Amino acid sequence: MVTFAGPKKRRSTVVAILETKGLSKTFGAVTAAADINVVINEGEIVGVIGSNGAGKTTFINMVTGYLKPSEGTILYRNRNITGLSPRQITRVGICRSFQIAQLFPELTALENMAIAFRLLENRRLGGFAPLLTEESVNRAIQELKEYGIEEYSDAVVATLPQGVRKLLDIAMALAGQPALLLLDEPTSGVAVDEKFALMDTVMKAVNRTGAATLFVEHDMEIIERYATRVIAFYDGSIIADAPTAEAMVNPDVKEYIIGAELHRQPEESLDNA
Amino acid sequence: MMLITDTTSRNLWIAMCVFLLMTFIIPNWLGFLTTVALAKGLVVLGLAMLMRTGLVSFGQGLYYCLGGYVVGIAGTQLGITDVIILLAITIISAIMISLLLGLLLCRYREIFFAMLTMAFSMILYGILVKSEVLGSTDGFNIEPASLMGWHPAIESLGTWVYMFTVVLTFLILQCIHRYFKSPLGFTGKAIRENEIRVEYLGISPKKVILLKYVIAAVLASVGGALTAMVAGHVDPEMAFWTTSGEFVFIALLGGITHVAAPIVGAIIFEIIRTFAFDLAPYSWQMILGAALLLIIFFLPNGLWSLLPAQRNGGQL
Amino acid sequence: MDTALVILIDGLIYSSWLFIVAVGLTLIYGVMKILNLAHGSLYAIGAYTSASLVGWYFSTGYFPWAGFALFIGAAILAGMLTGFIIERGLLRFMYGRDEVVMILVTYGILLILEDVIKLLWGVDAYFAYQPYSMLGRIRLSGISFAGYDLSLILVAGLVGFALWYALNQTRQGKLLRAVIHDSEVSQAMGINVSRVFVVTFVIGSALGALAGGLTAPALSVAPGIGIEVIILAFAVVVIGGLGSVGGAAIGSLLVGICRALAVHTYPQLELFVIYGVMAMVLSIRPQGLFVTATARKI
Repeated sequence: MVTFAGPKKRRSTVVAILETKGLSKTFGAVTAAADINVVINEGEIVGVIGSNGAGKTTFINMVTGYLKPSEGTILYRNRNITGLSPRQITRVGICRSFQIAQLFPELTALENMAIAFRLLENRRLGGFAPLLTEESVNRAIQELKEYGIEEYSDAVVATLPQGVRKLLDIAMALAGQPALLLLDEPTSGVAVDEKFALMDTVMKAVNRTGAATLFVEHDMEIIERYATRVIAFYDGSIIADAPTAEAMVNPDVKEYIIGAELHRQPEESLDNA
Repeated sequence: MMLITDTTSRNLWIAMCVFLLMTFIIPNWLGFLTTVALAKGLVVLGLAMLMRTGLVSFGQGLYYCLGGYVVGIAGTQLGITDVIILLAITIISAIMISLLLGLLLCRYREIFFAMLTMAFSMILYGILVKSEVLGSTDGFNIEPASLMGWHPAIESLGTWVYMFTVVLTFLILQCIHRYFKSPLGFTGKAIRENEIRVEYLGISPKKVILLKYVIAAVLASVGGALTAMVAGHVDPEMAFWTTSGEFVFIALLGGITHVAAPIVGAIIFEIIRTFAFDLAPYSWQMILGAALLLIIFFLPNGLWSLLPAQRNGGQL
Repeated sequence: MDTALVILIDGLIYSSWLFIVAVGLTLIYGVMKILNLAHGSLYAIGAYTSASLVGWYFSTGYFPWAGFALFIGAAILAGMLTGFIIERGLLRFMYGRDEVVMILVTYGILLILEDVIKLLWGVDAYFAYQPYSMLGRIRLSGISFAGYDLSLILVAGLVGFALWYALNQTRQGKLLRAVIHDSEVSQAMGINVSRVFVVTFVIGSALGALAGGLTAPALSVAPGIGIEVIILAFAVVVIGGLGSVGGAAIGSLLVGICRALAVHTYPQLELFVIYGVMAMVLSIRPQGLFVTATARKI
């Protein structure tokens, strides 16, 4: 039975958490991703950039089992996980958050958190013991506190503002203490002045668990502030994979991505939706 | 496992005692009506479990009918009349068939799930209607029930079946109440709200759905068995799609948020049906239809949502 | 060889009847995404209207052949009227709801209409045999078939052709097909989807009532015929593919022939065959034999 208690501290020897070899995905005549070769090491914080349609989400969907690659292999700690279902990928130790927060809308934030903890535990689900005991409730509230959203514990998720939903989504992903965390546009839809606060909270939690983190972002300031390494996608391929400073001055990156990013309009906040 | 875990649990025990005491006060016809209502309530309870997971089954009649016919066949062909043994056989048959069908069904959702369950129920109907041996459209009468060798007199059979049904129903309610609050109960709701998320939390929604389908099938077959015992008769109508439709109606009538709601819904339904049928034989279906529409429009959470305690999220 | 012919013709007759019943149901689903259980009541209303009119008309001694136009026309009118009332009075307030909720709404309407029928026509059975016997019997290769039954095949063919023509060759039909494909986009393109819905529901109801009207002379019209027929129509529509008129044709043929086979070889399997095929198709190809699967929009 695999457990997925991630490492708490970064070790001195570098261990590859994730390795993809020749990963490709085609939909009929459309190539969404071609020959992706990536190595992620323990504890790394990697930013993934690229315009829409460049292959970033396809990459994440393949790694998390949502899509089956057309070609190539994915290795997790040297174990072949290509083609496993999302459920199995989660159990192995890879968790993700979503562009649009995937939560349980009619339940409260507390219940969402408690369910996440309980389902991700490696215990059998059967039995009549209630889900919400004093212990499990306290634990959920504690966790919500870490993200600064405990005031929303009893609020039904459908009523929560966008920033809180994104945080809850990420909290639920981290609840399993994964060794690899994939964040799909964690700050999208969040008000511009709240983005840094959100990422600060997220990074604090990430450091606590020591998970290697890959996050997709369009906001270059966020990339520069939090990522130590950057992978740039363009038209289904990787055009740069280097430490942040180096990647950001890469001529291809500047032409295809950053230049494009500077012309993007500031995102509307979805808080008012 | 504690006997009384919360307010609801305590109230269920109280209600059970009340129902048992009523045995000595109520007239026979009311006892009969209540027994049938409780039995149907069990079927609806299973259906409610599925609906909480986001799946509406239009084919619970399959297991309801199965339960009845198993009791009937065991009695007339094998001479088995002991209720415990009959229930055991019923439950085992329901588990076997529901596992088989459930493996297929758990892959479908929404309208396809509904239609496939309806189809399976009609298949059983089709088989029974054409089966001369089993009485075809007339069905057949079943042997009076017994308990561990003791055969009650025909006059008091109804009373004993009533008491047995009351105890069994409330015991089941206690279990299901705990089940609703357990992680599996919450997982059902989670699946209804966001199946993808559940997968990403490491759980297979299909397996959970299969489990709930089997439990619902068992409950339906027990309901069918009890109905057969109290009515003394079974017929293929139990598997016709309108019977399943009735169960869905009761589920909507009572609501699915509280464990006792299906039972309450069933009792209200049976009372209305009995009286409406006497008073307005050509309009009671219309009344039901209108009630169904009104509930869908105004009370999507069923009659249960009218109770004041529910509005404050309190327990009942 | 004789048995084969009997099975074939019997199957065709039954298929024709099924097609006329089912095509209205599938049309309504295709356009409005509503699985209309009340379609059974429309069938019953058509049957009762026809039966009572036939009973009255043929006792007056007027020109018999005009009776045909009367009872068929009346059934269609009754269907259109009822369909209009249902759509405008009730259904249009519920659009956009979950598909399964819509099934429950139509179930409620079915219950109401069943009693309306009882209140209007009573519970006794109606026999409208005159048109049936008027068309006599026809011998095909030595076997005698009722002329009325055989004419059903003709009618089904006409209905099928008319629908095909309307959907593919007329402008209105193409608008309808656009809405079938995607009602949201159609609305964005300026199609008056509300009006399309009303028209579709009225036509679908008319077809259901027509089926009932046509059947009235062939069997006794009694309470409950709607409830029995809807589940058969359901099976056909599911097999052929929800929303596909061509699918309804193929589905009816398949069910009709299979049932005829069963009836003439293993009669106990008659009902089992119909629902068995339905379950099989649902398991293997849930969208039906003639509809391409659409990706679920998450």
